[in-house]
Amino acid sequence: MTKSSIQYKPTTKSKLYFDAKLTRNILEIAYTLIAGIFSLLAILPLVSVLTYVLIKGGSQINFSLFTQLPEPPGDDFLSAGGIGNAIIGTFIVTSIGALISIPIGIGGGVFLAEYSKGGNFSKFIRFGTNVLSGVPSIIAGVVVYSIIVTTGILFGASFSAIAGGIALSILMLPTVIKTTDEGLKLVSNELRKGAMAIGASRFVTITRITLPSAFTPIATGILLAIARAAGETAPLIFTGLFSFYWSNTPTSLLEPIASLSVLIYNFALEPYEAQNQLAWAASFVLLTTLLILNILARYLRRYSILEKR
Amino acid sequence: MRKGLNDLYLLRSRSKSEKFVDKGFKTLAIGMAAMVAIVLIAIIIVVIFGAKESIGKYGLNFLVISEWNPVTDRYGAFTAIYGTLLTSLASILIAVPIGVGTAIFITEDILPRKIRDFIGILVELLAAIPSVVLGLWAIFVLEPFLRPMLTSVYNTLGWIPFLGTKPIGPGIAPAIIILIVMILPIITSISRDSLNQVPNTLREAAYGIGATRWAAIFNVLIPAAISGIAGGVLLALGRAMGETMAVTMIIGNSNNFSWSLFSPGNTISALIANQFGEADGTQVSSLMYAALVLMFLTLAVNVIANLVVKKLSLKY
Repeated sequence: MTKSSIQYKPTTKSKLYFDAKLTRNILEIAYTLIAGIFSLLAILPLVSVLTYVLIKGGSQINFSLFTQLPEPPGDDFLSAGGIGNAIIGTFIVTSIGALISIPIGIGGGVFLAEYSKGGNFSKFIRFGTNVLSGVPSIIAGVVVYSIIVTTGILFGASFSAIAGGIALSILMLPTVIKTTDEGLKLVSNELRKGAMAIGASRFVTITRITLPSAFTPIATGILLAIARAAGETAPLIFTGLFSFYWSNTPTSLLEPIASLSVLIYNFALEPYEAQNQLAWAASFVLLTTLLILNILARYLRRYSILEKR
Repeated sequence: MRKGLNDLYLLRSRSKSEKFVDKGFKTLAIGMAAMVAIVLIAIIIVVIFGAKESIGKYGLNFLVISEWNPVTDRYGAFTAIYGTLLTSLASILIAVPIGVGTAIFITEDILPRKIRDFIGILVELLAAIPSVVLGLWAIFVLEPFLRPMLTSVYNTLGWIPFLGTKPIGPGIAPAIIILIVMILPIITSISRDSLNQVPNTLREAAYGIGATRWAAIFNVLIPAAISGIAGGVLLALGRAMGETMAVTMIIGNSNNFSWSLFSPGNTISALIANQFGEADGTQVSSLMYAALVLMFLTLAVNVIANLVVKKLSLKY
């Protein structure tokens, strides 16, 4: 090929130069702008909710809020009391839910990740976990109400803290199973084979090698599940109900129990200003706790030894 | 034969207790996994069993009757079903462009990485706000803020049947807005994950043949990530259908049927949340029937989501 055949001929109307007035270049900027506006729209609600909860709820935070009981509407028009029993109640009910769902969920996850060989049973369990995570939370409440509250199967108790905890555990279970399953799958197979090779049994391999190395992802998932459950209301309104008293004796586990979320729901719909204000204060406490849990989970995720691989 | 050496190379047979623990642990794990099936089956049995009376009485007419009257003891869930479908579909319609747009905005290199990651974290924290707090915010902040706007829409476009009632407070329109807020993080984070998973070589190839940024996004990146995005959208649809508290607090809980977006309405979950506590007899059974319909809807959406993800997923 001679040099002359690829000679460059400058033309005045070359289309290879960047032209900002071209339709496609204008469209580029327009699309970018639209995407930016959409992102702003997406964070606007968060900013607004946080601001209002911080101002309306945060301004009411004082010591007596944590030590007093809530007052039923109409008793006192100026004050609705505190949210002490609701904070304890949320803690109790969520703990019961966690105590039930964590062992079962980890067991199920261990089965799916370590024992199942892709047979029909494990396929069914995987499908069931997906379906269960899609079950609306209100239905978990209705079902627990029908099985436990109306029958009095738990020592004759009707609405109770335990029933509320069971309803929450139904919602937490699929998350715990999924995170355990996925966490264990991140553990490399060499580790498992290595443990087996030096004579460890399946049980020892799982409890001493694979579960500890998948600790971070599993703990993250469980923390997120707990945070989600602590904010749930729908499963509690027919199971834990609400209470204006302290739940401080062991038998109060079989009695109706207050929780922050149900308190917010009940008091937000009251026509009384004082009760509405208490709902904002409760929102502040609940939201701060949940955001801290979420940020903690996010922080924990960074320290996973598995995801760096 | 020297005994000691022989012993050294002999395989240790597992002791009885070790075998027992091993086997017991496996059985335990299977039992825990089976709990999922048991819980699921229990939920289905309880709901179907509870709905039996109402199913026998109304049959499939339950789905098209809009009357819900505890006084005359006649129940039909059309108003609630219409509300559930309308609110969830309308919110999806609006949330998908916003969510996917946000996801693109935070996966492309339009802004510095730190700002994008920060936006991503904010959107995910939005998912951490409990629905009852969003409901409280909707009652006292969002609805009063929206009402003048909705009223002016009504004043100009009131002749359209879907906008034909005066906004007086709680209603379907604010419920749709609050549902958008609730499902946005789901759509955004799943779209973001699936966009991040598209191999960089695809993007480089698109730029290499002269595609602009958005030409690459529309023609290469979104098609490559579509299975994940579609799965996320369907997941969000299922969530929107089942969402209870925030909607219950803002939708007005009216069982009088109206086509209008501005009138108070109801959804299946709001109906249950409101009436289940005080219901008895046929009403309980009818609420269970409504719960069954809701479960069927969410189950169908979930199954379709699984199929769509399988069908659309690209192999590269």
